[in-house]
Amino acid sequence: MVITDTQNAKVVYERPESLTDISTHYCPGCTHGTAHRLVAEVLDEMGRREHSIGVASVGCSVFSYNYFDMDFVQAAHGRAPAMATGVKRVFPDRTVYTYQGDGDLASIGMAEIMHAAGRGENITVVFLNNAIYGMTGGQMAPTTLPGMKTTSSPLGRDVETQGMPLKMSEILATLDATAYVVRRSLHNPAEIRKAKKALRTAFEVQERGLGFSMVELLSSCPTNWGINPLESLTFIEDKMVPAYPLGDYKVLEAVKAMKVKGA
Amino acid sequence: MQTEIIVAGFGGQGVLFAGQVLAYAAMDHGLHVTWIPSYGPEMRGGTANCTVIIADEEIGAPLVKHPKAVIALNRPSLDKYEPLVTAGGLLLVNASLIDRPVAREDVQAVYVPANEIAERLGDKRLTNMVMVGALLGATGVLEMNAVQESLKAHLPAKHHRLLPANYQALEEGAQIARETLAQAA
Amino acid sequence: MAEAALRAGCEAYFGYPITPQTELLEHMAARMPELGRAFVQAESEVAAINMVYGAACTGKRVMTSSSSPGVSLMMEGLSYIAGTEVPAVIIDVMRGGPGLGNIAPAQADYHQMVHGGGHGDYKQIVLAPASVQEAIDLTVLAFDLAEKYRSIAVVLADGSLGQMMEPAELPPMQPLKKGAPEWAVTGEPGRPRRQLTSIYLQPEDEETTNIRLLRRWMEIEANEVRYQGYYLEDAEIVLVGFGTSGRVALSAVRQARAEGIRAGLLRPISLSPFPTEAVKAAAQSAKAMLVVEMNAGQMLTDVKLAVQGACPVDFYGRMGGVVPLPDEVLAEIRRLHANPPADLNGHTRAAWLDRLELVRGGN
Repeated sequence: MVITDTQNAKVVYERPESLTDISTHYCPGCTHGTAHRLVAEVLDEMGRREHSIGVASVGCSVFSYNYFDMDFVQAAHGRAPAMATGVKRVFPDRTVYTYQGDGDLASIGMAEIMHAAGRGENITVVFLNNAIYGMTGGQMAPTTLPGMKTTSSPLGRDVETQGMPLKMSEILATLDATAYVVRRSLHNPAEIRKAKKALRTAFEVQERGLGFSMVELLSSCPTNWGINPLESLTFIEDKMVPAYPLGDYKVLEAVKAMKVKGA
Repeated sequence: MQTEIIVAGFGGQGVLFAGQVLAYAAMDHGLHVTWIPSYGPEMRGGTANCTVIIADEEIGAPLVKHPKAVIALNRPSLDKYEPLVTAGGLLLVNASLIDRPVAREDVQAVYVPANEIAERLGDKRLTNMVMVGALLGATGVLEMNAVQESLKAHLPAKHHRLLPANYQALEEGAQIARETLAQAA
Repeated sequence: MAEAALRAGCEAYFGYPITPQTELLEHMAARMPELGRAFVQAESEVAAINMVYGAACTGKRVMTSSSSPGVSLMMEGLSYIAGTEVPAVIIDVMRGGPGLGNIAPAQADYHQMVHGGGHGDYKQIVLAPASVQEAIDLTVLAFDLAEKYRSIAVVLADGSLGQMMEPAELPPMQPLKKGAPEWAVTGEPGRPRRQLTSIYLQPEDEETTNIRLLRRWMEIEANEVRYQGYYLEDAEIVLVGFGTSGRVALSAVRQARAEGIRAGLLRPISLSPFPTEAVKAAAQSAKAMLVVEMNAGQMLTDVKLAVQGACPVDFYGRMGGVVPLPDEVLAEIRRLHANPPADLNGHTRAAWLDRLELVRGGN
């Protein structure tokens, strides 16, 4: 198609200001890109881009700071919530958030996430759960599904010896100091819209000083799952959603009373 | 020039405070001073002690093996420190609680019935001040009025009504020490 | 030290309780909120140092304090802080070890703090106070140096400083700095984004960083060496000791002088950068050197490297939380004076252990 009438053309889709004009290093079909975009759109819409400090974690999202056009620091593996605590306590009026994967948050960083949540730190955690270690090449994560094959559970996760998946949203929802803990998914447009609304709510929770917020996002890893991008989305829907039910695990009354714009 | 003083006794005899009074007085009068309480194995047996070093130059080790002066408020303290005092040093013995004489002949012993004096002055908690007074009487390490001023400066105001009795305790201890030294001379 | 830190403008403290430095954390717990500054008791030393890391990235004056086992846990964070080139102050009140050890004063973190600890090529400033006044002054200095060189500055003390009372003067309360350094991540609108990271995936980029760190360290070595000499002018037996063992050595040196032995003391105040030139200079006229430490001879290596065989270097140390008495050190000075060794040939510590058995038997 040749566009001849540029006069009447409308911009219907563009890069959010909060994202840099750099191609990401993520694999084809990976949902990190979607998650980045949602976070960026929300911060744009809230006008918080220039007031934000992101904390990158270790894992595939180790370079997320390259893609977000805002101030960023880079944490050691698992320690992003502690580092975010340090930043937020010094700059309480900034929007401080971590962007972590499941190996980072649910394994090596378990103590840091539990205690940041337990203190009710007024930060937002964006938690991507794809049930596997991506960057190191597909090893078993605490979130790997029972029977799921990974390079470190070649026969499939044996729950007798390797235990059951850790459900972080459910766990953190039990802590009295958390304000907003929900699980969403990135496997289809409808769910992506809900995910964005949840992210907006989470950042609004922080903006209003209501305390700790986390949005868990079920994500894909076609490369390490060994299936194609489309099959990956189906895998999320068929296998991960039953194991990790979507929903609101903790929503304070004060959060319910909020009127959240956007999405 | 430096003087090392160890104050030793049972917990509750005001051992640490006696040392602090000396430390404050030294500090208030521009001298170098360290005060360090005992720790580790030395605390066995329910005794407490502290080491005070007063000097006119930078002080090295805050702990010494052989002090110049020892205030022994009870028998175990005398047993422990008698062998350690430097030759020519000073042993201040609380004669109210210690029923044996000092065996060494190369040190100066001063026997002070500190508990009796304290009780006569109306408060057995003055025992430590009687012994501090004896130290001042027997040595020139600090002036009596320096210690009295520091006591006033560092004792909380609510205890200031006790100052006259404390001064008296210091004076009586000093008097006994002076008499002992005069006899020895 | 806590009060000195907040008077020096410390705006955030993150720590975890561990003896013998818990009083420091407790003081901060009371004072920091009073001043409207940040205090968090972290869930572990790992978290504490990473909170420091985060807060340090904002360019504010921030710190933590701990004791040996806790500092071991902080090594990860220290390496990241060094790699990210942000300033932070760490107070380590050393205790007996290895392992859980005990809570008595020791100096066995010398290697951990001076020679490494965390992974990667980095150095950190390490200052060793010998008195309460110096502990205050060096805490303030640590903040200044950390900021000046975007470096970690450690105040390496031991428990006996915490138990001791000495006259000391606190500095006046400094006003908090306004503004932030040009590298600080502050979420400030109206300027290009800033990022702080310790990852350089291309080896050449990492090497560039290593070179920058090393050049900065050489600048620190050129400008920030600190030590104090005592009776060194004519000293034949030169002692080297830091912190509490330096004080003990000073007493022994004075006793030796009273006996007519020309002894002197070089007390390093900055352990890192190490006063290499000063030690080397003192060695030229010495018949022997004696390193005194409350460990198994961790600084000994640095002294030997500085001396480079100019004179024999002997060693006396106590370990495990035992503080040496001046008499023990005096005996060593007498021995070296009466019988200056021609050459110690690398058996320094074996011979010391034999002598130590006698001292311990005598106790």
